[in-house]
Amino acid sequence: MTVTTPKTGSGPVEKPVDLVTFTVDGIEMSVPKGTLVIRAAEQAGIQIPRFCDHPLLAPAGACRQCLVEVATPDREGNVRPMPKPQASCTLEATPGMVVKTQLTSPVADKAQQGVMELLLMNHPLDCPVCDKGGECPLQNQAMTNGRADTRFIDVKRTFPKPIALSTQILLDRERCVLCQRCTRFSEEIAGDAFIALQDRGAGQQIGRFDQSVLGFAEPADEPATPGPVDRPVGEAYPDTSGQPFASYFSGNTVQICPVGALTGAGYRFRSRPFDLVSTPAVGEHDACGSAIRIDHRRGVVLRRLSGDDPLVNEEWITDKDRFAFTWQTAPDRVTTPLVRDVAEDGTKGELRPASWAEALGVAAAGLAAATADGGVGVLPGGRLTVEDAFAWSRFARAVLGTNDVDQRVRVHSLEEEAFLGHAVAGSGVGVTFSDLESAPAVLLVGLEAEEEAGVTFLRLRKGVAKGRVRVFAVAPYASRGLERLSGTLLPAAPGTEAEWLDGLRTRLTGGLLPADAAPAVLDEGIDALAQAGSVILVGERLATSPGAYAAALALAQATGARLAWIPRRAGERGGVEAGLLPGLLPGGRPVVDPAARAEVAAAWGSVPEAPGRDTGEILDALSVGQLGAALVGGVELADLPDPAHARRALSGAGFVVSLEVRLSEAAQLADVVLPVAPPQERAGSYWNWEGRVRAFGQAIESTALPDHRVLHALAAELGADLSAATPQQAHLAIAALGRWAGNRVPAPDGAPAGPPVVGPGLAVLAGWRLLLDDARGQDGERFLAGTAKRALARMSAATAASFDAYDGDAVTVSTDRGSVTVPVAVTDMVDGVVWLPLKSAGCRVHDTLGAAPGDLVRVVPAVPGGPAGQDGEAAAGRSDA
Amino acid sequence: MTLTPVLTDTWDAERSWTLEAYESRGGYDGLRAALGMDPGAVVQAVKDSGLRGRGGAGFPTGMKWGFLPPPDGGPRYLVVNADESEPGTCKDIPLMLASPQHLIEGIVITSYAIGCHHAFIYVRGEVLHVYRRLIKAVEEAYAAGYLGKDVQGSGFDLEVTVHAGAGAYICGEETALLDSLEGLRGQPRLKPPFPAVAGLYARPTVVNNVESIASVPGILARGADWFASMGTERSQGHGLFSLSGHVKRPGQYEAPLGITLRTLLDLAGGVRRGHELKFWTPGGSSTPLFTADHLDTPLDYESVGAAGSMLGTRALQIFDETVCVVRAVSRWTDFYAHESCGKCTPCREGTYWLKQVLHRIEAGQGQDGDLELLLDLCDNILGRAFCALGDGATSPITSSVKLFREEYQAHIDSRGCPFDPVASALFPYTPKTRPAAALAGAGAGGHR
Repeated sequence: MTVTTPKTGSGPVEKPVDLVTFTVDGIEMSVPKGTLVIRAAEQAGIQIPRFCDHPLLAPAGACRQCLVEVATPDREGNVRPMPKPQASCTLEATPGMVVKTQLTSPVADKAQQGVMELLLMNHPLDCPVCDKGGECPLQNQAMTNGRADTRFIDVKRTFPKPIALSTQILLDRERCVLCQRCTRFSEEIAGDAFIALQDRGAGQQIGRFDQSVLGFAEPADEPATPGPVDRPVGEAYPDTSGQPFASYFSGNTVQICPVGALTGAGYRFRSRPFDLVSTPAVGEHDACGSAIRIDHRRGVVLRRLSGDDPLVNEEWITDKDRFAFTWQTAPDRVTTPLVRDVAEDGTKGELRPASWAEALGVAAAGLAAATADGGVGVLPGGRLTVEDAFAWSRFARAVLGTNDVDQRVRVHSLEEEAFLGHAVAGSGVGVTFSDLESAPAVLLVGLEAEEEAGVTFLRLRKGVAKGRVRVFAVAPYASRGLERLSGTLLPAAPGTEAEWLDGLRTRLTGGLLPADAAPAVLDEGIDALAQAGSVILVGERLATSPGAYAAALALAQATGARLAWIPRRAGERGGVEAGLLPGLLPGGRPVVDPAARAEVAAAWGSVPEAPGRDTGEILDALSVGQLGAALVGGVELADLPDPAHARRALSGAGFVVSLEVRLSEAAQLADVVLPVAPPQERAGSYWNWEGRVRAFGQAIESTALPDHRVLHALAAELGADLSAATPQQAHLAIAALGRWAGNRVPAPDGAPAGPPVVGPGLAVLAGWRLLLDDARGQDGERFLAGTAKRALARMSAATAASFDAYDGDAVTVSTDRGSVTVPVAVTDMVDGVVWLPLKSAGCRVHDTLGAAPGDLVRVVPAVPGGPAGQDGEAAAGRSDA
Repeated sequence: MTLTPVLTDTWDAERSWTLEAYESRGGYDGLRAALGMDPGAVVQAVKDSGLRGRGGAGFPTGMKWGFLPPPDGGPRYLVVNADESEPGTCKDIPLMLASPQHLIEGIVITSYAIGCHHAFIYVRGEVLHVYRRLIKAVEEAYAAGYLGKDVQGSGFDLEVTVHAGAGAYICGEETALLDSLEGLRGQPRLKPPFPAVAGLYARPTVVNNVESIASVPGILARGADWFASMGTERSQGHGLFSLSGHVKRPGQYEAPLGITLRTLLDLAGGVRRGHELKFWTPGGSSTPLFTADHLDTPLDYESVGAAGSMLGTRALQIFDETVCVVRAVSRWTDFYAHESCGKCTPCREGTYWLKQVLHRIEAGQGQDGDLELLLDLCDNILGRAFCALGDGATSPITSSVKLFREEYQAHIDSRGCPFDPVASALFPYTPKTRPAAALAGAGAGGHR
């Protein structure tokens, strides 16, 4: 495995740590140089009260709650007390320092009690109705380090009750202790500062952009924001850059608020922390595998918080991982098996509830019949746990006897499959989050980190902020995420990504470059990438770009940079490991390799030899009747590049079995629907993009069964043993396969296709999914939906002018299938390209246009007042989704 | 002991603020002397003179310059703190109004000494007339070749930017000043790093008071020994003493450090006729109060410190026996509550509380125990706040309670103020009755 192995000697060399020996409350301890006293004291088991201090934020020293008494040795070595108590959150331990905390120093104790009394003086003390009551650092530390009663008999400062910072986050200024954790988070970590300190003295407050507080009016003739920019669906105020506030990470401010000043709209007033049961879990919305915590009460999930995993997501998660959980209990949950009535003449009727015994019997009979008549196509979807993925893979191979299995519910290609088999499957933990933080250069190709892997974006930004990481991105335009990474754009029209990658490689080897290449940027990029420890991150969208995966591999090989593949969905990396691709068996074993088949057959019983079909081919085969049946998992038909074709294929298929949590489009077309458990109602594990297995436990008691148990029962009905009746059994079965030491799938050899020729009135479609969009995973969370970005069409000024459209105008983007109408945002980007969000409200590109990035689309100015089709609402710029 | 007009020497000249008037009285001789010297020798001369910071803290100026790390090829800055806002202090503003070239010459010499090629003057925003005059003076200096490329043919380049603040006392704190100058919210920065290492735009920066910088030309023109010959052994040189309040001839008196209030009062014609001194501030409202007992305390850093106060900015506010100390301290506390930047808890919340307690006592609504509360609150603020603003806010309270505890207690016991505010006024005045709402000082954004 050459591509993910660093060059010899490039690994980080552990430097010996300089230790500092000092004393806290009489305990002598040695800590690494630079350690803050407050952190060191924690290691000695001494808790110094604090509010503004946060280990992942830069020290502020604002709240003064952590004051301690300090003495330091002078030049002669005499330990002399410092005249004032010192804030231990900003003070680094120095050799010979003597620190006395509130436990041993009356001065420190009085200082802390004094600060606490001052903090509580203007606090509303509304703990009985406050969300934070019961888990509140202010409440707790007021008990441990404060007076029992106050001497304040004067008039408290009051503010009007909460102001909405977004549809999602509310701010109650009375409760705020002005620790600045939230503002520091949005500046230092997320980089989308939307709140700041305003006013001063006791009137100081955290606030959004508010002219009445700031005391000036905006110029009458100038709009608040220039042109259409990323704008949330809900009401939004400008952030510090003047753009409407749209943060994907704002929920973290609620969690780090040490009082109840910041609250989430959905959870506000819903429960008391001491009534909640917490279960550690893993975020199911992306491939990062973020540690989360599910808080539930009597079987109902009330909120999710970020877990603390320094190796993966630190203490941050995206708002989607935090707030989007109601999809699992949506009204369309399938709670019993469903079987479609079939009339005596063979016409199909309605789905009706059925017993497990009946449904499994009907499903098994139908699948058995189809196996004999053309075979069964297996589409498990990309959101499976590792246990499920192996069960699906084994069910397809050993029970249904087919390699017609593909997890990819998205644009996909043969080149991609070869890439995954060659460079990803069985490669173990490769590039890690920590590597991203210290890599000299990171090249993003086919990946918009903030939208498609939010926590990865934060980690990259951390590295950039520390001045270690330079980010380069091959993309059609510099997104706001890339700008916040201070990234360098290598502008590429969709389909031409390989040109840049090949150009970089050619530059390194000193080969001949095409005449239109930009050597300066190439030099900059290649100089950075050639440094030891550099990383290339490729996204699943490269499947639309011929030759791009091959070029990325070649570039990695040439530069020695390490390569990692970051898909969008939580289950895809695990699916690659489990062999949920037609040409791939578990652990990266190629189907075509007899030794590989033999190894797997030894564990599973049998493995078919015939090469399998990929998702597109399975759907094709179903629609023409070559395949007799389909076994479908969590597949959103609208996510496929041609949903209409998929709908036809499934409705025309002889027999369809669907394993679903909710009654999806695919489930509605099925003959048998077998309900499966959503993540919170089961245990399992995800394989995140790093290659790290992220196990989680069952949060909510449930009768719902995970996929692997349903498949195990179905296999039993078909007379086979899937060894997946319990998670333990599933794990043993996975372990039984062992590692693959044989040949890997050969590297892909895709050749770049030139960019499509753009005729008049046409443009090349570019696009990706936004983190928050119109997906079913965010159903039922209206506060979150308000922070999703509105759909807009990005194009360069020249391209827009060629369509006679200007900034802010509505344009209609169409194919023969249909059209979407959205406002134009003139963007500094490659000409001849129109960028659309792929699945936002009012702009469902695959669904409506039947087109994928790289395809040609027609663009015309929308007729004012004319029929805007299904998307008129979005064109008008308002939506209450 | 007599006056030693140096900075004030030209104030009586015709159009004293012009470059012409300044040059006609020997202006820019110091610069010519400095340009003939090695920059290190200029720093040494200032060290030898014993000049200490005139902004209040009294840190040796030459030593401050010496803290800059060795040149690394990047920019280094001089920032002049002209954000004079301390109650009672009125020395930099008249100096910049009457003789701005003094400051500019000092800036050129200092910049030359520390290797700075871009200096900034951060002027308090409220004094528009000073801002205009400084801009004009800088223009004149550019035209005369004292600023810009190749100053006086020496090969030394210097740009000067005059920047007006937006009206915040906290921006007189050097790190808050730097943040404000960078366009950020004016709040003090965490130290270390100190400005000498990472100041303006994270580059080595010297921040000096106007009077300190303006004192530099004289040292270069007349020698460190001349400067050191004035003042006391450890507080050398001349300084501006601003007398205000119940004094016959208020104004700026430039005298050697170590002069006494008795001498200064003689020069100023004494306390208001028919009245006697009750209390006074040696260095602005942030320094503990003195009384008639301290009339002979030499006004140098050490003696004032030994007597329990600070020399500060030499803002001598004189109050006679008609003044209610509670009322005076309450007004100062209003100032600190209004000017607290809000960054740290003790200062932000503490001044808010102190203000209300003092207003209560003054209005006759004080309670037994309020004085202990005041003192304990001050104890919880002093040395606990992020910067010195919080410390300064406690000085008038703790010192006045110590000196005039009976007067405070009388307010509480007799449920009202025994003084007639009209008697203390220097002009016809009808005291306003304080509305109840103002007493509270509360409500959304209460401190407007």
